[in-house]
Amino acid sequence: MTVDLLVIGAGPAGMAASIAARRHGLDVVCVDDQPAPGGQIWRAVETVAATARGRILGAAYQEGVAMAAAFRASGAAYLPGTQVWQIEPGFHACVTRAGQATSIAARTVLLATGAQERPAPLPGWTLPGWTLPGVLTVGAAQILLKTSGQVPARPVWIVGCGPLPLLYATQLLQAGGAIAGWLDTAPTGRFAAAFWHGRGAIAAPAALWKGLGWMTTLRRTGVRIIRGVTEVEATGQGRVEHLAWSTSAGSSGGAPADVVLVHEGVVPSIHAPLSLGCEMRWDAAQDCHVPVLNPWGETSRAGVFIAGDGAGIGGAEVAGLRGELAALGVAVQLDRLRADAAHAAARPLRRRLRRALSVRPLLDALYRPRQAVFAPADETIVCRCEELTAGQLRTIAGTAPIGPNQLKAFSRAGMGACQGRQCGATLIRLLAAAQGRTPAEVGLLSVRPPLKPVTLGELATLAQGLPVQ
Amino acid sequence: MFHTLHDAAHAVTIHIDGVPIAVEAGETVAAVLLRQPEVWSRTTPVSGARRAPYCMMGVCFDCLAEIDGVSSVQTCLTAVCDGMVVRRQLGRRSLVR
Repeated sequence: MTVDLLVIGAGPAGMAASIAARRHGLDVVCVDDQPAPGGQIWRAVETVAATARGRILGAAYQEGVAMAAAFRASGAAYLPGTQVWQIEPGFHACVTRAGQATSIAARTVLLATGAQERPAPLPGWTLPGWTLPGVLTVGAAQILLKTSGQVPARPVWIVGCGPLPLLYATQLLQAGGAIAGWLDTAPTGRFAAAFWHGRGAIAAPAALWKGLGWMTTLRRTGVRIIRGVTEVEATGQGRVEHLAWSTSAGSSGGAPADVVLVHEGVVPSIHAPLSLGCEMRWDAAQDCHVPVLNPWGETSRAGVFIAGDGAGIGGAEVAGLRGELAALGVAVQLDRLRADAAHAAARPLRRRLRRALSVRPLLDALYRPRQAVFAPADETIVCRCEELTAGQLRTIAGTAPIGPNQLKAFSRAGMGACQGRQCGATLIRLLAAAQGRTPAEVGLLSVRPPLKPVTLGELATLAQGLPVQ
Repeated sequence: MFHTLHDAAHAVTIHIDGVPIAVEAGETVAAVLLRQPEVWSRTTPVSGARRAPYCMMGVCFDCLAEIDGVSSVQTCLTAVCDGMVVRRQLGRRSLVR
């Protein structure tokens, strides 16, 4: 059987698209690697929202309850705990669920795979650094709070910038956790530059007030805040034990550390669209690659759509709106909706989308990562899997005008289990800097199947009927 | 390194390197690892360095461990179930044990 639409991911974009597509009579299968709908922002929302923890997570988290309920009632077939490891043109998606591999045939595919935190390599002293046990991302800590009601047992250090560290810090304090300090890595003097972008944000003031509120809470609680941090080191034997930093003002410091949480913004997850050969472009404002999309979210590959943060970072509201627009585009493509009706339905969605996106230029300008994130010191591990340092990669990058795939072949960077998810972005920056090129000119790592590790046993259980390539 | 805020209802038992541990239904193996005295999940194939859960959302592959005899399983994407056998993964994998 071939379904009309295969949605990959059940966060705000995947759920909104599934609901809207069902409204137009499409049959929809939604696969999700999580055990329940919600994506990362609304992780475990169905079970946690009504609890005390759910109240701590706040109003934006609670909004997921209605969306998840509408999704469950939409008639879309939902497959939780399902990993997509290959998408063949046509389309056939190979997935594994509970150790069993199957393939799903679909006329169109919507990739709603969201974002990941931007890799932010920290050096240590004669290696480790950000690979030490006890160094996690802020997003990881927030997922632990949402899904397990779990917080760092001792006062935690937060390193980074962006809205998420502020939000998590506020939630952690409300939950009864403790913060040793926050190394604010946002370059100082950003506010004047950001002000001019900020005029666009007048249309979306709610996000700004929210941020100010979090900041006030932190100040009132007396959390130690160190501003203008440019360099950070995480050291320890077998786990993180000590943190050291220096600032743009020339001061430096250090402290014992039990858990260090890092966050330097989020970037679109582009592994799946890259594996399908979807065209990408460099977004200089967000310092990342984003897919090239038409106004309905369709990629350069016909029938492959992208919505949500995977289409460019916008947040949950933007993700939902892009999901609805993509569903309209799919409905038109499958002759279930007339083009003029789709345009009429899209008009209010696009209006809301513009409004919701108006705050982004300000956020992008305010929270642009510090230079060391893109140009780590030589002794910093860049490829976590193959344990290759920035210095080793720079040496190779400077010898010839090679691209990321040659760098990978020469060094093994990007060849490990994560397949470049943690080093790809940094490799591009190292190449660009070493060769005097732009990240757009350097290009991207090729993504090869499988997207996730697959056992030979799973391959053996794969249902027959896949077209022979 | 981490602890839970509430009095957890420990309905499920898993074994990590032979040690029985009472856990809550529905949580991930990686979340359980982060509450143990030793939080690491594996050592790397290159230098043998210890690694522990880092991203909790399936993109870093540092939380890999052996679960019920299958190696290199992403523990942050794996929910606990009663009787599950987890082993910290040492170095390089091989097809034949």
